[in-house]
Amino acid sequence: MEDVAIIGVGLHPFGRFGAKPALEMGAEAVRAACADAGAEWKDVQFAFGGSFEVDNPDAVTGQLGLTGIPFMDVYNGCATAATALELTADAIRAGKYDIGVAVGMDKHDPGAFTSDPVDYGAPAWYGEMGYFLTTKFFGMKINRYMHDHGISHETLARVAAKAFRNGALNPNAFRRKPVAEADILASRMLNYPLTQYMFCAPDEGAAAAVLCRADIASRFTSSPVYLRATTLRTRRYGAHEVHSTWAAVEQDDAPTVYASRAAYEQAGIGPEDVDVVQLQDTDAGAEVIHMAENGFCADGEQERLIAEGATEIGGSLPVNTDGGLIANGEPVGASGLRQVHELVLQLRGRAGERQVPGTPRVGYAQLYGAPGTAGVSILST
Amino acid sequence: MTQVAFAPDVFTWPSDEPQLIGGRCPRCAAVAFPLAPACPRCGTPEMDRHLLPRRGTLWTWTTQEFLPKEPYAGGETFETFRPYGVGLVQLGDEVRVEARLTESDPKVLEFGMELELVVVPFRTDEDGTEIVTYAFQPV
Repeated sequence: MEDVAIIGVGLHPFGRFGAKPALEMGAEAVRAACADAGAEWKDVQFAFGGSFEVDNPDAVTGQLGLTGIPFMDVYNGCATAATALELTADAIRAGKYDIGVAVGMDKHDPGAFTSDPVDYGAPAWYGEMGYFLTTKFFGMKINRYMHDHGISHETLARVAAKAFRNGALNPNAFRRKPVAEADILASRMLNYPLTQYMFCAPDEGAAAAVLCRADIASRFTSSPVYLRATTLRTRRYGAHEVHSTWAAVEQDDAPTVYASRAAYEQAGIGPEDVDVVQLQDTDAGAEVIHMAENGFCADGEQERLIAEGATEIGGSLPVNTDGGLIANGEPVGASGLRQVHELVLQLRGRAGERQVPGTPRVGYAQLYGAPGTAGVSILST
Repeated sequence: MTQVAFAPDVFTWPSDEPQLIGGRCPRCAAVAFPLAPACPRCGTPEMDRHLLPRRGTLWTWTTQEFLPKEPYAGGETFETFRPYGVGLVQLGDEVRVEARLTESDPKVLEFGMELELVVVPFRTDEDGTEIVTYAFQPV
């Protein structure tokens, strides 16, 4: 099986951009990724494009050049970009192509996501009665977790405050103003214990990566980053996940736990080897839980680690160095490739004001979303 | 006043002792809610109708403090909306179900508290018909 290198990354800023179509943002992200790779669009042999709102991400070829390449569109909830990345990598691993692009783009209306619950495997009444809300699930999950593992409301506020501080250092972020912990705690309660400033918001943006066979990466770049693992997992019987009307009494671990274990095995490393981390922080509580689900600490240790600043850019376990979803928002199709963009910058030592000190060698990214789907990617120099 | 059950295939009503209507797998005995066409554990493409225990304990909970977007059909406006509690309620040792709670005060809600199924008003239509739904109430 061929090893895979990421030779270029590109990003259209995340935020609100008026009438600008998502496809135009996607085209800009791909152009930026190709320029970063020292490649041209005509060199690209295939692509996977991810989006929730755009029916045909492949229409981006109309702005990049109609070269006739195979371009496959994917949607996989909040794990859409991890799916595009995994499929692009797999096609190269299998030896079918030498160089390809993974791109994600989206443009959401403001406010919580909504859809038809029937399309998510839940009955129509689940939405009509007011249960079909991802925010409600995250409130229930972190509330129990805090009860079981001694996590405080202050810890949730610290996580959100860190996101806004890191976002202030990131010119591509949606939220770029630091917010005090007291203001986060005092903002409007949306789903107890989660307040408004502890949640990310759906927004707009695009991100892309150019991948190639590792043995030809040096043709394009002197600083390739290698993709050591990509994994996707869905929920198992016994896991209580987003948009479930019920859960089994006999509990099983969340899909992130399985995706994470498989990714470490694939990469041949453990969590202690990771230098910089991107986690799905749909809300501040999700970042706390995902630290443990991805093996970075034991349940409950987050209380001390976060108070000590371990997850800050200069800490021992930097998490969401670009501000994560809380500061960047979540254009669903692009979110996971935004994580990869940040990890590549960090591993190249080119993350500017938010650069993790030392020489980070291993980066880790995790996505989680409806209806209980997780994706993990591990990158290294 | 006419009362109509919202999603009548989900709970037994009218009844003095309403119950949620779940499903039990004829092959592996897994219990799920609501009654669905296939077993979520073993994939058997049939489930037997199975009435769930009326009482349970609060496994976890949150509050819904903003008016949900469509397809929410509670009929409130931003002005009239009142927060409601939502819980994952463990019914015996059979299953946990998501449900509204009649209580929404975080100071009152407790992990493990005893709850009982009740039928409560959900919305009143223009013709005066009261739409009712199920919720769990502290015992």
